[in-house]
Amino acid sequence: MQGSPDTFDEMFDAAGQTRAAYKDYCRWFGEQEPGWLKRKSREADDTFRRTGITFNVYGEEEAEERLIPFDMVPRIITAAEWRRLSRGIEQRVRALNSFLYDLYHRQEIIRAGRVPERLLHNNEAWLANMVGFTPPGGIYTHIVGIDLVRTGPDEFFVLEDNARTPSGVSYMLENRETMMGMFPDLFSRIAVEQVSNYPRRLARSLAACAPPAFAGNRSRGEKPTVAVLTPGVFNSAYFEHAFLADQMGAELVEGSDLRVVEGRVQMRTTRGYKPIDVLYRRVDDEFLDPLTFNPDSVLGVPGIMDVYRAGGITIANAPGTGVADDKAIYSFMPDIVEFYTGEKPLLPNVQTWRCADRDSLQYVLDHLSELVVKEVHGSGGYGMLIGPAASRREIAAFRQKLMARPENYIAQPTLALSTCPIFTAKGLAPRHVDLRPFVLVSPQGIDITPGGLTRVALKKGSLVVNSSQGGGTKDTWVLKD
Amino acid sequence: MLGRTANALFWMFRYLERAENTARLLEAGLRMALTRDVVTAEAEWRSVIATLGQQAAFEAAHDSYDGLAVWNFVLRGPSNSGNVRAMFAMVRANARTARTNISSDVWEAVNENWMKLDKLLARPVGQMAVGEVLGAVRRAGTQVHGAFDGSILRDEGYHFARSGTFIERADSTARILDMKYFLLLPSLSYVGSSLDTGQWEQVLRSVAGASAYSWLNAGQIEARGIVEFLVLDERFPRSLAFCRNALRANLAELARMHGIDGQCQALMREADNRINHLTVDEVFEQGLHEFLVDFMASNVGIANAIAADYRFHA
Repeated sequence: MQGSPDTFDEMFDAAGQTRAAYKDYCRWFGEQEPGWLKRKSREADDTFRRTGITFNVYGEEEAEERLIPFDMVPRIITAAEWRRLSRGIEQRVRALNSFLYDLYHRQEIIRAGRVPERLLHNNEAWLANMVGFTPPGGIYTHIVGIDLVRTGPDEFFVLEDNARTPSGVSYMLENRETMMGMFPDLFSRIAVEQVSNYPRRLARSLAACAPPAFAGNRSRGEKPTVAVLTPGVFNSAYFEHAFLADQMGAELVEGSDLRVVEGRVQMRTTRGYKPIDVLYRRVDDEFLDPLTFNPDSVLGVPGIMDVYRAGGITIANAPGTGVADDKAIYSFMPDIVEFYTGEKPLLPNVQTWRCADRDSLQYVLDHLSELVVKEVHGSGGYGMLIGPAASRREIAAFRQKLMARPENYIAQPTLALSTCPIFTAKGLAPRHVDLRPFVLVSPQGIDITPGGLTRVALKKGSLVVNSSQGGGTKDTWVLKD
Repeated sequence: MLGRTANALFWMFRYLERAENTARLLEAGLRMALTRDVVTAEAEWRSVIATLGQQAAFEAAHDSYDGLAVWNFVLRGPSNSGNVRAMFAMVRANARTARTNISSDVWEAVNENWMKLDKLLARPVGQMAVGEVLGAVRRAGTQVHGAFDGSILRDEGYHFARSGTFIERADSTARILDMKYFLLLPSLSYVGSSLDTGQWEQVLRSVAGASAYSWLNAGQIEARGIVEFLVLDERFPRSLAFCRNALRANLAELARMHGIDGQCQALMREADNRINHLTVDEVFEQGLHEFLVDFMASNVGIANAIAADYRFHA
C-alpha cells in the first residue's frame, strides 16, 4: 500500500516503506493469516454490541443505539512524538485555565487589547453569574479534550479545544480492552503505555477539587463524595456516563435524584439525602440550574448555582467554561497562550479567518470552494461547509447563510490530514484521522493520559471523522521508550 | 445507593421473573392444547390470557382463542403493551439505569439475551418456532440469575433485586392457582370422581413443579396435595411459602443494613400472622379463592411499602 504523495501517511512513507513507529506492528501483521484477521475484525463488532458500547443518535427513531465502528489497526505514536505533544497540550490547557480565570475576574487580556471585548458579550457561553467567583482550587476546566490533526512528520496542529464536557474517553478505554482481548500476543511483543488507569486518575483528580464545605470532613479523614450527573439513559453518551461512574466507584445521578438540602446539593439514597462534594456533570450549563438558567430544564438541580457560589459543591467543569472553547476564541489562542505563559505556543493553531472581520470575510467568500467554513458555536461536524467536497449549489446556499451572519462563522484551509490505514476486506487502506487526548486538571497538576481517542473517517477520501457522521475509532498507542 | 437505582434493580428482576413465568405459562398451555380436542384447547388458551389479565386487550384484537394468535399476542402483540418482548426491553432498560450497580457479567447476560430475544420476537412466531422461543425466554432468566448469583456484591442492591424476584414470583403462582381453583375445589367433596388430572398437571407445569410434585407424592395427583405443595411447601422454590420466606429474609437484611425497621417489614409481619401456620384444611375452609385474593393484596402492599421505605421515588 502506498499513500498519495500530498498526504502524510503515518504507517508508510512515500516510497512505501514502513515508518519506525509501525515497524514492530507491521512485522506482526505480516505474520498473521489474512482469513483469521478478517474473523477478528467481525468479532470486534460483536464484542462492542454485547458489552453495549453504543451511542444514541438524535433524530433517528429506528436506530436508538448505534455502534461506533471500530477499526483494529492501531494508530501509533512514538515516545518522542508524545513528549513533544504533551508539552504543547499542557501549555495550552494551562493557558485556557488562566484565560478563564482572567475573563471572570480582572479581564487583563481585554484591557491589554489582545482579545476584543465583543467576543465575550456576544458569547452565549459567557455566564455573568461567574464574574468575581473563583471555583474551588481555581480550576475551571477539570477535564479537557484537545483535538489534534497532523499533516507531516513534525506538523501537528490544534484543531479545536473542548473545554466544556469532552466525550469519547470510554471509547479510548474500551478500544484498548478490545485490542488486548483480541490480540494479547501483540501487547507482549510491543511495549505500549497503558490507558486503563484513566478512571482512577479522573477520580483522584476530581477528589482533589473538593469544595470548602468538605474541609471539615477531610480533617476527619473522609473522602469526598463524587457523583456523575447524566441527562439520562436517552442521552447520546449515556453509556460513557455509566461507564465512568462505574469505573470510578461514583454514583451516577440524574437531576431528579438531586435536591438542595441545608445548603448542600444532596442525592436521594435509600437512606435519605446525602451531600455531594464534587459533581462531574455531563449536562450543559443552560440545563444545570432552572432557577438561574433555562427554567424549563428538568435535567438540573434548582438552586445548585447558589450552593456552588457559597462553596457547597464543586462543579466539573465549572459553569461558563464554554466561553473559552468556541471557534471565535480559538482563533485567538496563540495570543492567549503567549499572554498567560509568556512562551510561544508549542502547538500551532490551524490558520483561521474570522468572518466577523470584513477583509477575512471577503477572502473567505472568494475562496469558498477551497475552505472549510464552521459555525462559531457548532459542534459534531454539523452546520459546516467543506468547500472542496461541496457541490456548486451547496456552496451557493452556504454563501447566503454566511453573508447573513458573518460573525457566526470562521474559515480554515482544507488541511491535508494525515492518514492511517484501516483494515478492509481488500487489505489495508489509508483513511484520514485526528486525535483527541484527554487532559485532567486539579490543584495537584495537569495529567495527560498517553494517547487519547483516534477518530477515523471510514469513507475513502472523507475528512469528517465525527461519529455522528459515519466516523469510526482506533486504539491509540503511545510506545514506551 | 440511590433510591432510583434501587427501584431499577427491583423492577429489573420483577420483569425478568414475569417474562420467565409467562413463558412457562405458555409452554404449559401449548402442551395442553396439543393433547386436547379443539374446544378444550380453546378454553385452555382463554385461561392463559385470563391468568395474565389480558382478556380485554386480546378480545379487542382477536375473534377467537386460537393458539397461534394467543402466543403471538402474549409474546409480541403490538396492541399488548405487556408482551414478553416489551418485558425484556424493560429488563434491559432497568439494567441500564442500574448499570453502575450490577456487574459486567450481569449486564452482558441481560444485553446478549435481549439482543437475541428482540430478534426472535421481531417477526411472528410460528408453530415450529414457538418452542424454541419459549425455551430462549426461560434460559435468559436462568443466565441472568446465574450471572447475578456469581458476581454481585451482597449489599442492599442484591436484596432489592431478590425482593423483586420473590414478590413477582409469589404473585404469579397465586394468579395461576386462583385461575384454576374452581377445578381443584370439587375434588375435595367428590373424592374419587373422575378428575381432570390434565388440568392439574398443567398448573404444576406452569410453575415448573410437575416433576418435583410427582416425586414428593409418588405420582398421586390430587387437589389437596397440589394446594399444599404450591401454597405451603417450603422446599419448592415457586411455592407461596418459599417466596414469602425468601422475601422475609431479604427484607430482614435490608432492615439490618439500614438499622431501621420500616413499613414493609411491619406489613410482612402482619401478613405472616395471618398466613403462617395455616394448614391446607384451614386454607380450604377459609376458601382458596379468598385466601389467594388476600395473599395477592398483601403482596402488593409490601411492594408499595418497599418503594416508599427506600425512597424509590422523589
